[in-house]
Amino acid sequence: MKLTGAEILIECLKREGVKTIFALPGGVVLKIFDMLHQQKDIEVVLTRHEQGAGHMAEGYAKATGKAGVCLVTSGPGMTNVITALADAYMDSVPLVCFSGQVPTSLIGNDAFQEADNMGLSRPCTKYNFLVKDVKDLATTIKEAFYIATTGRPGPVLVDIPKDVSMDKAEFVYPSSISIRSYNPVYEGNKWQIKQAAEAMTKAKKPVLYVGGGVIFSGASQELLELAELTHMPVDMTLMGLGAFPGEHPQSMGMLGMHGTYWANMVMHYSDLVVAIGARFDDRVTGKVSEFCPHAKVIHIDIDPTSIRKNVNVDIPIVGDCKLVLRELIQILRATVNGDQRELRKPWWNQIREWQQANPLAYQQEADGPIKPQLVISRLYDLTKDRDPIVSTDVGQHQMWAAQYFKLAKPNRWLTSGGLGTMGFGFPAAMGAQAAFPGRLVLCIAGDGSIQMNMQEMATAVVHKLPVKIIILNNRFHGMVRQWQDLFYEGRYASSDLETTPDFVKLAEAYGAVGLRASKPSEIDDVIKEALAVNKPVIVDVPTYRYENVYPMIPAGGCNHEMILEDPPALKNKQSGAGQGAPKDSDTILTA
Amino acid sequence: MEHIISVTVENKFGSLSRIAGLFSGRGFNIESLSVAPTLDPSMSQMTIVTSGDERIIEQIVKQLNKLIDVIKVVDLNESDFVSRETALIKVHTRSEDRAEALRIADIFRANVIDSTPATYTIEVTGDPRKIEAIINLLQPLGIKELTRTGRVAVARELIRSTDVQAKKVVRE
Repeated sequence: MKLTGAEILIECLKREGVKTIFALPGGVVLKIFDMLHQQKDIEVVLTRHEQGAGHMAEGYAKATGKAGVCLVTSGPGMTNVITALADAYMDSVPLVCFSGQVPTSLIGNDAFQEADNMGLSRPCTKYNFLVKDVKDLATTIKEAFYIATTGRPGPVLVDIPKDVSMDKAEFVYPSSISIRSYNPVYEGNKWQIKQAAEAMTKAKKPVLYVGGGVIFSGASQELLELAELTHMPVDMTLMGLGAFPGEHPQSMGMLGMHGTYWANMVMHYSDLVVAIGARFDDRVTGKVSEFCPHAKVIHIDIDPTSIRKNVNVDIPIVGDCKLVLRELIQILRATVNGDQRELRKPWWNQIREWQQANPLAYQQEADGPIKPQLVISRLYDLTKDRDPIVSTDVGQHQMWAAQYFKLAKPNRWLTSGGLGTMGFGFPAAMGAQAAFPGRLVLCIAGDGSIQMNMQEMATAVVHKLPVKIIILNNRFHGMVRQWQDLFYEGRYASSDLETTPDFVKLAEAYGAVGLRASKPSEIDDVIKEALAVNKPVIVDVPTYRYENVYPMIPAGGCNHEMILEDPPALKNKQSGAGQGAPKDSDTILTA
Repeated sequence: MEHIISVTVENKFGSLSRIAGLFSGRGFNIESLSVAPTLDPSMSQMTIVTSGDERIIEQIVKQLNKLIDVIKVVDLNESDFVSRETALIKVHTRSEDRAEALRIADIFRANVIDSTPATYTIEVTGDPRKIEAIINLLQPLGIKELTRTGRVAVARELIRSTDVQAKKVVRE
């Protein structure tokens, strides 16, 4: 039977098991929307901005492990979704984005709402397609899903001109696909794995350094087994949080610029770094020339370009984390007996010393302004039994969430790591909520970030996505302010927001629920109240404005040289009556 | 150090821009690039002349391999190779210079492929040094136009002879 391009698209989505797409219509995609309107299998979440659609698809993908799907129109629809594509590309999120294009006869004519979608998306997608003939549409979509979800996952764009969505062709969906120039390597080299196992049994001060690759490959169980078998400490990157249980005695928490003191000390003094699905980002390595100076490096990654890109690697293993870890475990089981624990006893003694010397800490006065860390700690304690999905925006609140919210399982942590996209958190949380309507989804946000995609509150209300947003409200771009205090002599160039909207009223204006905690003693009650509501909720928490995130490794600094607290000059400034005065921190200024 | 990288790609719309975009986006250097279809018209062969230290070249090769449209990447510097470039040089020739132009062409085994009373168009093929040399010699006559293809290269075939002598030569 002959189908139109729009119908073919929908049939393909059904066959890929897509239940929800995030979309915003426009002239050239009207045919597709018209067809979507006339079917019941795929839910269309109408967003208020294409960036929101992209991030929702990302949240959906991160929470489910499947490809997220979004649909946007040509021109501005395409340019608006670019940020989400770039974000997905940096964080290896499987995404298939369909964009409308002007009719093939008009391409290149500067037609109304025309943009060079292929040119725009090329540097921020894993691959992109322009479909010029409806006969190629089904195969192209199959290839798009295949490329997005295999190897190192990433976003793929399919650009569909208006006439292609209206033309008819015989619908045949290929059952399998093979692309001669694209053959990701999954099995690690056996000899290299043997070398790695040998190095791991011998090492006295090893560390497992794990990233988001472990989560995408579904290797958490294997990681746990490997860690317990070898008795190694586990450092997680921002993207790797949840790959290993946060409360496990071998968990060191997050490493890097705002990682825990001990996670960074473990890296610096280790004699063997086993990197698994991590890419030695500059926020992790600090000063590359002094990174892990005593360590041999084993690097397991599915993407060969990640290996030896930033640091030298002694034993590279290209392959899928899950398969490689399984092989490693098999070899180690045969060779390792109880002696690993004994061999590493001095190492663990040292680690426990580090943990006691500089634990994560903050000072909360009972009737003083609320400290942001307290909010996250309380949120964690009050929700951990419900196995929540947690999204964040980008900035100080993100780092505190990473430090204090100890995730037990993978696919619970939605954050923008590589690109650092403010405005990511709320739509990502909505995407996850759309995938799991019954689950608790929390969005930890800052007052700066939340305003970047606030408009999606309308989408959340309409589609009944009861995301709980907790805004740590310091009326600053807090991380910018922190850097200005530490490195720019406290000149707050464009970091002081001065006023934020009344988020309680704003939530109510959208038809959501708004709550506020103004004193430390109110936090628990307000969180409980929010959890009890089956609607989107904003919990506005005005916090102490000048709290800084520590530990901190200054950009380009060395991993064992962390700033652990406010330098004396800064402390004096904030305790004075100047702009640090806490008395106004729990009031809302309205212009 | 200069490297010559041979890349086999899908002969598709956009393949060239993906490769050019990779080089510009990651700050890699392209000194020359030549593209043409292979025997199999669904594929194109590119020869890219680039430069960088060992780590950069390793990244270039890996990043090229990662591109979905790329079928095969060979860093020719890893073995022995032969490379050639062609230049078409249009020279102004006053009547007293015409014999000199032909003599120079002759020395470089170049061909005159077009001629007018006031110009010769000379085609010369060789390694870049040879091209530079003939350009230097023709310059005093007045070069009106110059176009170069960029280099193409191919790995030298190993001598697979049962002849022991030949094997020895290769080993040495």
